[in-house]
Formats: sequence, structure tokens, C-alpha cells
Amino acid sequence: MDLRALLEQPTEVERDAVDSLLGPAEPFNGRVMFGGHSARQQRHLLLPALHAVQDATGTVTRGALGYISERLTVPPAEAYGVATFYALFDVDSAGGSKAHVCDDIVCAQAGAEDLCSRLEADGVEYERSPCLGQCDRAPAVMYHRPGTGYGVSAPVAADTAGVFGFDDLSPGVVHQEASELRLLRRVGVVDPTSIDAYIESGGFQTLAKAKELGPEAVIEELKMSGLRGRGGAAFPIGIKWEGVRDAPGDEKYVIANGDESEPGTFKDRLVMEGDPFAVVEAMAIYGYVTGATQGYIYVRGEYPTAEKRLLAAVRQAAAAGFLDNFDLEVRRGAGAYICGEETALFASIEGHRGEPRQKPPFPTTHGVFQKPTGINNIETLVATLEVVANGGEAFARIGTDQSTGPKLFCVSGAVSNPGVFEVEFGTTLGELLDLAGGISGGSGFGAVLMGGAAGVFADESALDVPLTFEHTREAGTTMGSGAIVFFDDQTDFTAVLRRIAQFFRDESCGQCVPCRIGTVRQEEALARIGSGAALGSIEEEKVRLDDLALVMTDASICGLGQTAASAIQSAMRLGLA
Amino acid sequence: MSVKATIDGQEVTVPEGTSILDACTQLGTDIPTFCYGPTITPANACRVCMVEVEGSRVLVPSCSRALEEGMVVKTGTERAEHSRRLVLELLGSASELDRSSDEVHGWIEEYGADSSRFGPDAETVAQPAKVQDDLYVRDYERCILCYKCVDACGVDHQNTFAITVAGRGFDAHISTEFDVTLPDSACVYCGNCIAVCPTGALEGKIAWDMKEAGTWDADAQEVTRTVCSYCGVGCNLDIHTQDGRIVDVTSPLDHEVTLGNLCIKGRFGWSFVHAGASEPEGAAGGTGS
Repeated sequence: MDLRALLEQPTEVERDAVDSLLGPAEPFNGRVMFGGHSARQQRHLLLPALHAVQDATGTVTRGALGYISERLTVPPAEAYGVATFYALFDVDSAGGSKAHVCDDIVCAQAGAEDLCSRLEADGVEYERSPCLGQCDRAPAVMYHRPGTGYGVSAPVAADTAGVFGFDDLSPGVVHQEASELRLLRRVGVVDPTSIDAYIESGGFQTLAKAKELGPEAVIEELKMSGLRGRGGAAFPIGIKWEGVRDAPGDEKYVIANGDESEPGTFKDRLVMEGDPFAVVEAMAIYGYVTGATQGYIYVRGEYPTAEKRLLAAVRQAAAAGFLDNFDLEVRRGAGAYICGEETALFASIEGHRGEPRQKPPFPTTHGVFQKPTGINNIETLVATLEVVANGGEAFARIGTDQSTGPKLFCVSGAVSNPGVFEVEFGTTLGELLDLAGGISGGSGFGAVLMGGAAGVFADESALDVPLTFEHTREAGTTMGSGAIVFFDDQTDFTAVLRRIAQFFRDESCGQCVPCRIGTVRQEEALARIGSGAALGSIEEEKVRLDDLALVMTDASICGLGQTAASAIQSAMRLGLA
Repeated sequence: MSVKATIDGQEVTVPEGTSILDACTQLGTDIPTFCYGPTITPANACRVCMVEVEGSRVLVPSCSRALEEGMVVKTGTERAEHSRRLVLELLGSASELDRSSDEVHGWIEEYGADSSRFGPDAETVAQPAKVQDDLYVRDYERCILCYKCVDACGVDHQNTFAITVAGRGFDAHISTEFDVTLPDSACVYCGNCIAVCPTGALEGKIAWDMKEAGTWDADAQEVTRTVCSYCGVGCNLDIHTQDGRIVDVTSPLDHEVTLGNLCIKGRFGWSFVHAGASEPEGAAGGTGS
């Protein structure tokens, strides 16, 4: 394959940024590339290389993209297609510092619009962002200063000077007592930057125990525990791990899905920031049990502190000899909700556009690089540590028969005390609301959104429903990702629904027609209803929305399109809009 | 190995790996497709070929799912037909389908698809056509993003990788790197993207000019099959003539040498035939003159 290069040359800063990742380059002056097999095998470094230049300059210029294409022997058109897919790459822009202001459903309740007006007035370079996963300290801003890095300001101080202030070490706040907790017991208590502190708190003993037990026994414990995936699909974990272990082939992968992007969800961030070594230990066990020698922790691009902590934790764990025969790499997303979908995440790691693939075949046999792959989200992985440490039987005694173990919920919105709460399955939504201090500001209950933008709205009757897989299914609600957003009775739900519709419109990958165009038509209809300009009658608009909901649910490739109408449909059933 | 399954109540036995779509075609069941092509790996993107499979929560794309042993497939259910109608309506509301095949217009009628129901202000992909040279035109207001041109340019046929899908969501579009013109891109002007485009978004310049001028008359055209004389490969050419003049050159998709593909010479190198004569009515410019 001969590839034609771009004419523009990279600047010295851009060249250095790429070379610091890929090593020094062979001299090249022509317009035809001959990278060969070894360069092509590095395609998976496309995203890290794009990050390198974006980090250094605040943009991806023609010269930089051309140089990356040349170094990795990726066709420039393809590299351009990848760079323009991800929201955090500013392709062909002027570069410089930039603020990403969250104006999603929770931050909108906390004054995001005022913040945007203030930034506008002060001439600060900013763009609007979907949920940044900082809902417990809304309103939030992520900012980038070329050469210095990313940071998060949350909650944003009243003056705009606060937007670009580093709060790199802000601790995740846990409202509960550590002695009551299992999954969160170290967060805010044990220094997340020190492996010694982690070991002192009992860390890496579970890895030793897993190796003592052996892979089959660990899988048996997981099966006995009844642990199901916490990402939303609730797949039995013992069966998944066994499937990867039994899949034919020597080259296998395990992945920690830290691309938490569901609006209203921030529990995985808290764990990655507050207890990164636990993620590393769980991954080491995952690799050991399944026979995978390569692991990835894919961290959301909007979680700079989590990435930093995990990078340091992996480095320290490797140096201390806890990662023998296991190569664990931290990969950073670049602003794409869809990459939390497992097959899109594989494509992203491989250096492609984050477009989901048709299943079957399933990841257990055809995952990243088309090899057998185990993939779990962060909360699930940390829960496996509980299973291995205390035994499957003990884990199964927590919660209910069908929903076992502790569970993290992210409670935000119109509550006095937003945060991540660890409870046993079977706790009711009302009890969770009490933990979060009840509805704030003396207002009444308006509605609750369970499971984020892809979830469902429920009314006050949901407060009595125990939070378990079986009870929520029966009640027609969902736990989804564990996001619970409360709204008070003053809420303009038409505006909330429109923001949700806009979220899906913005985050659709664009691959399949039902989602690419359906999410646009859905948002247009809600905008018309909101401005009192319904096409025909409101009833006709509702027929149109129902038709769109059905085709998106039935015919989209992946879960994004299949759930893009879920919250909106549930709100209309409740008469919220 | 063969698999046995049921499609619309009829038992069918096909070789393992046969797609549901191919099995349906064998039974004579017509299923609409856009992104499927006989010479292209299915992109599984248009989702118009959805069928119902017993036990599956959602509908299944017949083009890219293999028929499995014991599968019970239903092609004409209310859900499947709803999805097909909506996909046709959505595509028609965003892109111009006027130059799609008669087959496409037949489906729109058959499923009662009304793309105007999303209102006059529905966002579209409307944009000026990219006319950058004398060989072909990229008229992206007709693009439905079926990925066929990208695959033909890439791994399926040409391995040139001049074009890609860029952007995301409704902004996703076919583009060269930084939208540079084709002469500045890796394009080799084989035109194999034109050969697979289902909607007339990619056309030879003369054909596009004539369609714009309203002088293109497919019924009045003659197609003459011959063998390309430029080299020894033996590519079949279909010479399309109207009023005694060449207006387009293609290659049959089922020809074992070309699979519908040609090179710049075979597809575009014929202007010498009409050297000295006047251009056909409506065809501004001309080919490689």
C-alpha cells in the first residue's frame, strides 16, 4: 500500500509531541509513504498520537495529521475521519486554551446557562459539553491549556477566573462512613497516589488469593456470587469470564471500561480517582483468570484526574511486580459517549472511528483486534475483588436472591446532598433520596430520571420500589448505569427532554440511518413542541415521535439508538411534556 | 456444511455462512437494500433490510447476518415493515432520492413512505455539488452515507483510501482529508466509487451535466458490451450511448475480471471517439479533452 502524504509539514512542537510517543522518525521528504508492516501494526496508536498533538497545541493541524499518518502509515483521509469523530480533537483550528462547559440536565439545574453568558461576556473561549460526570458538584467545566493539560473546575466559582483554576487533587466526596462501605471504603480515606498506602489497607492480597485459588475456582466463586455487570446490561460475570477463558486462541484481552459518559453518572470516576489501585488489582486478576496477557483501562477523555491516578497506579504496580506477564495500558477517550458501547470502544482502541459493530459475533470470541476479549465496567471490576476476597457465598448473601452484592448509585439534581451512595440491592429509591438529604430548597418532588439519558422517568410511586434488577423491571423502570437524577416540581420538563434529545443527536455516531436521522427528527419535534409550533397537532407530533421511537429501538445497530427515545417516551407517558 | 431454517414458513437449506438476504433472494422474496451490494462487504448501515428473527429482541439486518440452523425468519411482519418505511422516510427527508433507481422508487411506493411528514424545516444534507474536474461530480445532497464508495475506494476494491467518513452523527459525511479537492487527494480517478453509488451522488461529469439539464434519457440509450483495448487484462466495458454519442462507460458487476471496477482509462479515456464533433446537448465541458 503506497499512501499519498499531505503537503503541509508539522511544526517542531508537533513533531516532538508525536516523536515522544512513537520514537524518532526515519528521514522522509517525498510524497509517498513506505511504512511497511511494522508501522501499520501501530495503527492502534492513532488516538494517543492525536492526543499528543492536541495536548501540546490545542489543535490538530494539517501538518500534524500528515505527520501522524506518515509515521503510522495510516491514509490521511482515514486519520482525518478518526480525528473529526471525537469531540475533544479540534481539527484545523487556531488552537489555544479552551473551556468545555457542561450544560447537560444536571448542570442546567445548577446554573450552566448563567455560566455560559458570563464566559461569553468575558470573551473566554468555550464550547458546550455533554455531561462531564461531575453532577455531584455542578456546574462543571473541563478546561484545557496547551502544554499544561486538562483540568476540571467543579463547582465553578462565581467569577470566571475560577474556570481555568486547577483542582487536580480534589478528593471525591463520600458522604457515608467508611466502616459501612465495601466498594468505596478506601475512597477519601486511603491515599490514591501511593501503592504503600494501598498495600497497607489490604491491597493486592486479593490478587494473591486469586492465584492461590486458581482460575477455575475464581470463576466458580464469581458464579456462586450471582454478580451481574453494573454497566446496564446485567450480564452474569462468572459466565462472561469463563467464556473468555474457554474461547479458543492464545491472544486474549481484558478491558476495564472507564468511559463513563451516561448523563448523571459519576461513580466510576469516584472509584478511578479515589481507589485506582483497586482497578489495577482487579484487572490483574481478570488477566490471570482469563489468560489474557494484555489489558487496557479505557478512561473517559473528560476524566483527567482519573487518568493521571491510573497511570501512576499502573506504573507503581508494575514496578512492584504485581503485573508479571500482564501488560496493562491506560487509554484515554477523546469525547464520544458512543465509545462506552463495548464494540465502539474496541474500534476506538484499534485507532478507528468509534462505530459499533453488529453482534453476533460477541466480544468473548471476537473482541478488540478480533480476539477473545473480556470487558467490564469499573464498578463491576471492583465488585469482583469483594467476591474473591470474601467468597461468592458471602457476596450472594448481600442484597436479594436475584440482585446480589453492594451497588453504587449516583444521586444528583434537586437533592440537598448529591453524591455516590453505596447501598445493598433492595434499598428503595425513597431511602436513597433520604440518604441524599431529600429534595432541596423546600420544593416538592417533580420526577426522577433513572438510568440517565438512556433510562426512564418515573413519578413518586417509584420511591417505594426496591432497587433490584427484578423489581425495577417489573415496575417498568431501570437502574441502567446507576444514575438517579431528581427534579423538583418547578422543572420545565420540555426543556429537559429537549436537552436529552439533543444529547442523542450530538452523540450518535452517524453510522446507521434510524439513529443518525431519527435522533435529529426526534429533537426537531421536541423543539417544535417546546416553542408551541407543532406540525399539525400535538397528537400528530406524538405519533411521529412514537414512530421514530419504534424504528430507533427496533433497527439501530447498538444500544445508543435503541435507547435514544426511552426517556422521552417515558416522560410523555407520565404526562411531563 | 449446510444450515436448515425457516423463512416466512418455508423451509430453506443453504450453505453455512449464507446471509439471510441471500437466502430470501433464493426464495424470491424481495427485500429492499441500500448499503448492500453484490461486490461490496455489507456496511450494515442503512438498516432498510431488517427482518424479524424469532427470539431476537430487536430486528436483524438480513444483509449482514448469516442464516443459522433452526432460525425462524419473518420478512413481512408489521415491525419489519414499519422499520423499512421509517428508514425510507428518514432517508428521503434528509437526502435527495430523485436519481435513485426505479427499484428504490418502487419501495417508497410499496411501503407508503412519506418523507414530507417531518415538515418543511427538517434538516437536510443539501449543499452545492462538488464539480472539481472534467471526470466526475460529487453531488452530496444525494448522499445517504451507505459507505459503499468508501469501501470501494478502500479495502473492498481499489485500496487507494482517498475518501472516508468524517464527522459524527448527522454531520457525518464523505470526505477527503481536510476536504481537499480530488486532484490534491490520493484519488486515482478509477471511478469505482461511481460504480457502487446507489443514489446518483457520484456521477460521471457528462451524465451529471445531462441530468442537471434534463437531457439524460435512459430509455433512449443503447448499451454495447465490448472489451477494453487499453491493456491485456480483458475488462468488459458497457458503452452507454444516446443519440449516437457515448454518455457513460461502466463495467458489469458480475464480470469475473472487473466486478464492475475499471481504471481511469477504461472508464474515462474515450473522448477521442468524438474528437472534433460537438458535445451532446446539455453536456458542458467534456471528458478529458
